[in-house]
Amino acid sequence: MNNEWPLWEIFIRGQHGMSHRHVGSLHAPDAEMAIKNARDVYTRRNEGVSIWVVEANNISASSPSDKGPLYEPSESKVYRHPTFFDIPGEVGAM
Amino acid sequence: MYAQMIKTAGTGVKSREEMSEQERAFQDKIDADIKIEPKDWMPDDYRATLIRQIGQHAHSEIVGQLPEGNWITRAPTLERKAILLAKVQDEAGHGLYLYCAAETLGVSRDEITEMLLDGRMKYSSIFNYPTLNWADIGAVGWLVDGAAIMNQVPLQRTSFGPYSRAMIRICKEESFHQRQGYDAIRKMAEGTPEQRKMAQDAMNRFWYPSLMMFGPSDKESVHSAQSMAWKIKINTNDELRQKFVDQTVPQAEYLGLTIPDPDLKWNEERGHYDFSEPDWSEFFDVIKGNGPCNVDRLAARNKAWDDGKWVRDGLLAHARKKRGAKVAAE
Repeated sequence: MNNEWPLWEIFIRGQHGMSHRHVGSLHAPDAEMAIKNARDVYTRRNEGVSIWVVEANNISASSPSDKGPLYEPSESKVYRHPTFFDIPGEVGAM
Repeated sequence: MYAQMIKTAGTGVKSREEMSEQERAFQDKIDADIKIEPKDWMPDDYRATLIRQIGQHAHSEIVGQLPEGNWITRAPTLERKAILLAKVQDEAGHGLYLYCAAETLGVSRDEITEMLLDGRMKYSSIFNYPTLNWADIGAVGWLVDGAAIMNQVPLQRTSFGPYSRAMIRICKEESFHQRQGYDAIRKMAEGTPEQRKMAQDAMNRFWYPSLMMFGPSDKESVHSAQSMAWKIKINTNDELRQKFVDQTVPQAEYLGLTIPDPDLKWNEERGHYDFSEPDWSEFFDVIKGNGPCNVDRLAARNKAWDDGKWVRDGLLAHARKKRGAKVAAE
């Protein structure tokens, strides 16, 4: 049996009010140790107020070759941005 | 702490005509400063070279803990001890960031560790020199970390995303390392005549090994040219070495320490200091395994790996058992 500790992806909330952000990964035998290790590896200088750990093999990712079909459709939809519409100045703030 | 003398895979830079369509698209991305991510297509030689480079860089961080760890228990004050402990802990962290970056290229942590332990992969030559006294700890932080920063700052812009992100984190922390070293050696340089003598002695012993950290001149090297085209090497070894000397001379002058090079002098025309090359035969000898501490360093890493085996296995067995119990209860 492979005795290498599994890889965990680490997400840290930098300060209250912010979302958790991916900061890196590390190896640990289980979630509890992954959190303990993440605290030592990624928050030595007050970088966080909360930690999430996810075992890396539980993450599904989009493939680089799907970039076109996934993201190109939104390029032609400029009307989704508020700046697309001209609002007369007299109307005031909108 | 960083990699040196990395052998670039491949036969040198290909012309656009020689490249396949995939290789051309890859090079275009690099030229446009678009980062390469682990799942993107990349040439096998790019992958192989990066594993060597990031792996050696990681090993250097880990082995680099040994010469400094040697003085944690004997630091002169509690404050210096806490600072050194934090610094050495940072080095462990830097090693971990880099190992994770290497792993995204398809090498496992155990594989890469074993390549260090059995000598197939190297670490920076500098860590094969001993730290004989407390002044050496100051010199290591000031000169060795100073030389490492020269190399690491440009690598923040390297083309491989995970490596670049690791370097950004590392550089944020590295400045603390150099400053604490300068502060420690400054205390001694401004201290008693004996302390001053120790500081000068440390400078004498660490100056040339620090210059060696950049590796021999590579301005004619086809391998370096390829690594530079891939943006996994940003400057030539000579450029970085010159930058290090130019930056360090005034710092030494402030301390009243003499750089052990009678030929060191400011060259008005070049706008740089002229200096003597280190003894490259010593460098190659150290790389080959004949430095003062090569055997000790590898023995210490092997001992840590072997002694830690029961802990690694035990924690994993416990995790599996716990998971089994949880599944059974559901």
